[in-house]
Amino acid sequence: MLLRVKNLSVSIGTLTLLEGVSFDLAKGEIMGLVGESGSGKSLTALALTGLLPLIGGRVTAGSLEFDGTDMVTQPKRKLRALRGRRIAFITQNPMTALDPVQRIGPQVDFVSRTHLGLDRKAARARTIALLTQLRIPQADAICSSYPHQLSGGMKQRIVIAMALAGDPDLIVADEPTTALDVTVQAQIIHLLTRLVRERGLSLVLITHDMGVVAQACDKVAVLYAGRLAEQKPVHALFASPQHPYSAALIDCIPREGMAPGSLTGIPGNVASATAYPSGCRFHPRCPRAGAGCDTKVPVQRGLSDAGTVACHYPLNGAPDV
Amino acid sequence: MGVAVVKLSDTTLGRVMRRPKGVIAGTWLILVVFVAVFAPYLTPYEYDIQDLPNAFRAPDAAHWLGTDEFGRDMLTRIMYGARTSLSVSTIAIGISVFCGMCLGAASGYFGGRFDRAVTAVIDLTWSFPEILVALILVAIIGPGVTGAMVAIGVAYLALFTRLTRSQIMAIKSETFVEASLSLGASHGHILMRHLLPNALAPVIVAAMLATGDAIILEATLGFFGLGAQPPTPSWGGLMSSGTAHMFKAPWIIIIPGVAVAVTVFAINLFGDALIHALDVRARVRES
Repeated sequence: MLLRVKNLSVSIGTLTLLEGVSFDLAKGEIMGLVGESGSGKSLTALALTGLLPLIGGRVTAGSLEFDGTDMVTQPKRKLRALRGRRIAFITQNPMTALDPVQRIGPQVDFVSRTHLGLDRKAARARTIALLTQLRIPQADAICSSYPHQLSGGMKQRIVIAMALAGDPDLIVADEPTTALDVTVQAQIIHLLTRLVRERGLSLVLITHDMGVVAQACDKVAVLYAGRLAEQKPVHALFASPQHPYSAALIDCIPREGMAPGSLTGIPGNVASATAYPSGCRFHPRCPRAGAGCDTKVPVQRGLSDAGTVACHYPLNGAPDV
Repeated sequence: MGVAVVKLSDTTLGRVMRRPKGVIAGTWLILVVFVAVFAPYLTPYEYDIQDLPNAFRAPDAAHWLGTDEFGRDMLTRIMYGARTSLSVSTIAIGISVFCGMCLGAASGYFGGRFDRAVTAVIDLTWSFPEILVALILVAIIGPGVTGAMVAIGVAYLALFTRLTRSQIMAIKSETFVEASLSLGASHGHILMRHLLPNALAPVIVAAMLATGDAIILEATLGFFGLGAQPPTPSWGGLMSSGTAHMFKAPWIIIIPGVAVAVTVFAINLFGDALIHALDVRARVRES
């Protein structure tokens, strides 16, 4: 296993925002991390890259093992050497992810110069090769332009190129397409997953778009209010979701031939971190909530289909209350 | 792809010069700098040789701007005075920009106890007028060109420290900094490659405007006899010697005053044009 997250809890101040999250990721696997805003997706991404201190967060329990090394106890210097070289991060908004006063070329060159020890010329050659692979026309001209001269889709490709430049083993992409036009979103996701597959890299793809998950991922972890609701191979999740929340998310995908007005949402809002409901945090919004849901915290348990679910009344399984 | 040709009109200076006020101010400043640099070749007179029979001559063909109480040519004195005024003020501002940016960047980026200490000291000097800080420092260092430079440099240190610090604090929470950190950038790289270049534009403009103020401050120190010492002319010193003969030979005090006023005005105009030329967003709109 390349990445082994066990029982991870993350706090900011006194608020515990991520609690007992566990998942594994093998080399070459693409995992989707889904959930509504505020479910802890981005926090998980920051934890994976060791950047929690940026927002004042810290790991309070559990472990985060990357290729055998524990990321939680690593000294800052080691983490920095790892970032960009073995774990790369793609931020949410490509519009602001590039330095506005630096030309594109040097910004991308920096990664391979820092991590692969390339000289100026070799780094630029690598940058141009990467940009070309990302289907950026006239890569050498793009290198000497400033970010404000490029479109959003183009900028996101540059950001992806920066992530790939250090030849990492794992890429964490935090909603890489949310800030883009829908027409480019599919292109970017396709390009990213293709490059990841070609190179045999692992990818944690954070998204709230179940369509993207279905299209791109091998497995998926569903987060709700800072806890893991369900995780399993992607086909199994779409074929038979066990957690009512996963089922509800899948029901939110528009389908061909749907009667107008029949698209459903999930009633209510994501629970606020300052006032999480007792028991299962989803129970106030859950159509299947029954006795015990408001008092007992559900634990992850294995069901027949190679995944785990944290629910007292799963859709296709015995209740555990 | 051929060789990239940089058009002058695309550079920052080119954009400054595209505006009328940039052209006017720039021309005056270039003239003053030219005169200061080549003063010995431009005038037949020496700035320090006395010619008592010709004292208090009103402006005429031989002495375009008249002579002072020792018969020295005023135009020559003004030209040499430009050397003192410009060099003292630019070097002083250079000192405070450099030190201010270092201090401000370090305290804005790292924060914590260091930041609190720097801010406390800087705010303390900030609460005094620059002239007072400069006077105190000249009193400690002693009058003269070096004393004036250091005094003015320290007097404006607070301005650049505060400016840089606030810029850095705003920029360091930008996504591209996080993105760069997430790709393994060191603090040094973030500071030198991302934060300082992004913070530079307002600092350049402030430095330009502060240079104008520094010329006034230098003249003030000179007027009090705390700047360049005689016979080295400075604009403030010239005005000071003119006060004694204000009604007999008013040109002795008026001409250096005009030189200070016009130069400072030109610097402010130029700084104004610079603000627009350095504005990245305005640049996008124009292209």
